[in-house]
Amino acid sequence: MTTLNGTRERRISKRDRSLGSRRLFASLGAALTLACAILAAASLLAILGYVVVQGIGAINWSFLTQLPAPVGVTGGGVGNGLLGMAIIIGIATAMAVPVGLLTGIYLALFGRGAIPEALRFLSDVLSGVPSIAIGLFAYAILVAPLKHFSGISASFAFMMLMLPLLVRTSEQAIRSVPQTVREGALALGMSNFRATMQIVIPTAMPAIITALLLAIARVTGETAPLLFTAFGSQFWETNPNNPMAVLALQVFNYAISPYPNWQAQAWGGALLLIVAVFILSLGARLMLRRAMRGLEA
Amino acid sequence: MTAEPQFRRLVHFVSPADRGFATVVYAGSILFALLIIALFIMLVLGSWPSIVKFGPSFIWKSEWDPITSKFGALPMIYGTVATSFIAIALAAFVGIMAAVFLADFAPRWFATPLSFLIELLAAVPSVVYGLWGLFVLAPFVRTAIGPALQHVFGWLPIFAGPIYGVGLLTGGIILALMIVPTVTAISRDVIAAIPRDLREASASLGTTKWETATRVVLPAARVGIFGACVLALGRALGETIAVTMVIGNRPEISASLFAPSYTLASVIANEFTEATSSIYISALIELGLILFVVSMVVNALARLMIWSVRGSRA
Amino acid sequence: MLRSLVRRFGALAIVAAITVPAAAATQLTGAGATFDYPFFSKAFYIYTQKNPDVTVNYQSIGSGGGIAQFIAKTVDFAASDVPMNAGELARAGEPVLQFPVTLGGVAIAYNIPGVTATLRLTRQVVADIYLGKILKWNDPQIVRLNKGVNLPDMPIVVVHRSDGSGTTYIFTDFLSHVSPEWKSKVGAGKSVSWPAPSAVGAKGNEGVAGQVRSTPGAIGYVELAYVVENHMSAAMLQNKAGKWLASSPDTIAAAAATKPEVSPTNFSIVDAAGASSWPISGFSWVLVYKKPGDPGRAKLVYNVLAWLIGPEGQSNAKSVDYVPLPSNIQSSSLATLKQMQH
Repeated sequence: MTTLNGTRERRISKRDRSLGSRRLFASLGAALTLACAILAAASLLAILGYVVVQGIGAINWSFLTQLPAPVGVTGGGVGNGLLGMAIIIGIATAMAVPVGLLTGIYLALFGRGAIPEALRFLSDVLSGVPSIAIGLFAYAILVAPLKHFSGISASFAFMMLMLPLLVRTSEQAIRSVPQTVREGALALGMSNFRATMQIVIPTAMPAIITALLLAIARVTGETAPLLFTAFGSQFWETNPNNPMAVLALQVFNYAISPYPNWQAQAWGGALLLIVAVFILSLGARLMLRRAMRGLEA
Repeated sequence: MTAEPQFRRLVHFVSPADRGFATVVYAGSILFALLIIALFIMLVLGSWPSIVKFGPSFIWKSEWDPITSKFGALPMIYGTVATSFIAIALAAFVGIMAAVFLADFAPRWFATPLSFLIELLAAVPSVVYGLWGLFVLAPFVRTAIGPALQHVFGWLPIFAGPIYGVGLLTGGIILALMIVPTVTAISRDVIAAIPRDLREASASLGTTKWETATRVVLPAARVGIFGACVLALGRALGETIAVTMVIGNRPEISASLFAPSYTLASVIANEFTEATSSIYISALIELGLILFVVSMVVNALARLMIWSVRGSRA
Repeated sequence: MLRSLVRRFGALAIVAAITVPAAAATQLTGAGATFDYPFFSKAFYIYTQKNPDVTVNYQSIGSGGGIAQFIAKTVDFAASDVPMNAGELARAGEPVLQFPVTLGGVAIAYNIPGVTATLRLTRQVVADIYLGKILKWNDPQIVRLNKGVNLPDMPIVVVHRSDGSGTTYIFTDFLSHVSPEWKSKVGAGKSVSWPAPSAVGAKGNEGVAGQVRSTPGAIGYVELAYVVENHMSAAMLQNKAGKWLASSPDTIAAAAATKPEVSPTNFSIVDAAGASSWPISGFSWVLVYKKPGDPGRAKLVYNVLAWLIGPEGQSNAKSVDYVPLPSNIQSSSLATLKQMQH
């Protein structure tokens, strides 16, 4: 509508709501976010509760420390599976973190351009490859030529599974370090190397740790790649060059068996997997908090 | 983002340490790229006999008969795309909303344990999801969710037909559960990293917290959240054991979400360890190759989408 | 300084304690069928107790995986539900010895709400259900066989294995024998294309058992051990001799006894003649090279396998719901194994 002096005045659009209705929407919105968070957490509690109910009976000290026993023989445990899992994931992390972090640094520093874009694309595509195909890849590279199964080939497969998460998140984390921090370091005369290693990365560390924990959580439950790499074992094994038992594989084998005794151990093992990741997460976060406090001090 | 041009200038090396640093960074990235390319080559080599024998018809044929060696992947491609789409739709909505809650709305004492709890979902092994899905979720869909949906929306073909409990919808739901932690955890970190100044500026203009979250923070965090969703989608595309236990494993395309279906990864997981003839194994590896290509196509489409919206590359 | 030394040597000692016992014994490796896994785990455990210098690491990565590893020579022996065929033997390149080591049977499990009596089905009816020709539980053909049982007007949900398996092979072999239509339309194999309109695939025996247990109106085929351990309802079948039988280790052994000679090219015992033969039974096989590469290991492998198919090894079968080989098959397996160079 035109005003007296000829200018056009915008009609108050429908979107300019009253304060009261905006507040209402805000409350509804907040409630929605809460509901979603609760939904996600409640689903976990449903699954966790089910696993606890099924598996808590199987957990005892001998379960944690003994070798597997065949059907009909009471007792037995997943001790070697726990050890194998720790060794294999440890090696996988040692392999994945350097490659993932370095690639993330490269992408963060050299953001635009065809090559960085191609790398990001490759990383996203890798995250969609099924774990069994990655297991086959590890088999083709590290098992078939050497003619034996090994824990290292499993670590290699796990490394491939962990990389996309690490690359994407470390790039994101490094990028979100404020420019002021970086410039400050460079202004002090630090080389790029020192600036990145000593200032930028520690600032980005919490997010990187989250990604690492997520990646570790992801691979603790993976079974398919282990079939052709670690192979599995009923015995203690500390040499990563040999076939090794892994807890996830034991859980899988027991879960699909007909015997109630083994099935109970499968659920017990599943509970152990979740608890192991929980302890790892908690420990890492606590350590990080202590380190951060040290930095601020 | 505006930092990039300035930064490139700064990436000129002032010391030998920097040159060494650059070499190491380049080396790591090249290794990364080589690994993925090697994987692709292995997939192609493994599926070569099948590619030669069946040609492009492999992609649009619908029969899967190991006895007569007739293989066609169309129903599995459909199942993979459909379940992943359902999964990311559910997980993105719930996950991003939950992330907003954890980053901006929740008090510290509540947010930290709740975050933990949601991240633990990522640690549940695939086979446990599968068993829980089979024994708890599928009956729930058969007795509660399915009939409810059919009661209200039964006139739509996607909600028609018999409800077995296992099927496309159940597969999508279990996938959504599996990828929600990834979306939530990463989105939460991204949102938390948005500088406080932005929120304070918005608040000083008189917006409510909700408006700040949805109109200021989320758009600013858009790129990182997109990255989180892409990672989650990747996981959904490639998930094998949990899905195969609740999807019904039927190589058929059906309009209804309640019908049994099949995914590319499920077929590989189901049949690979027992396949003994070389053409059979080759056909299964070709499914892996197709999954690789599907992942490429989906990612390319997503990037195009973001590119057209933003006017520049993500 | 002393404390750190003690710590360091202490760690070494622990590692040595863990690894040394393992290093003293020779570890043989075998891979293959999931079917044999419970039987092998029990039997090899007992064997190591009697012969502590030999341990056997058997992993159930599937028959296909087992054969692939066998051909790649990454394992000492392989186990498979179905013997290697000509193509696979050609890929192996050298002579392979194959012999049965245990027996198994397939039961028909079902879940019909309100029906507690044991269901009776003929072989033809089972085939027709899986062909999709009989669609409801109150079909006259089923009612006729179960007079007095209140069968509901409920659709039959046909559950099958989604993963390739020896159980499927035995079951489809059985269906091919009793139904020419099945034989021409579908055939026998570890993985087939299922024609029934309501067919649902579940992963593993556990998956089929679980699916049947939680779906009203479902029918499925599972290994005997699952039916026994989970107390599931299993149907009685009318065998070739016209007798009504339940699946059990005895009826399965009776089926095996009807075939005096078993060879890698002639091994089917489904739909066997004989009054107490369970119609859905089958052998499980072990494969070794005639001339293994390492003579030292070959001797150890020979000893383990000879023990396994002998009366002592076979006696472990029953405690895990498996069926021992009939004595004539034990002898013929041993005769085949003896051809191995050791």
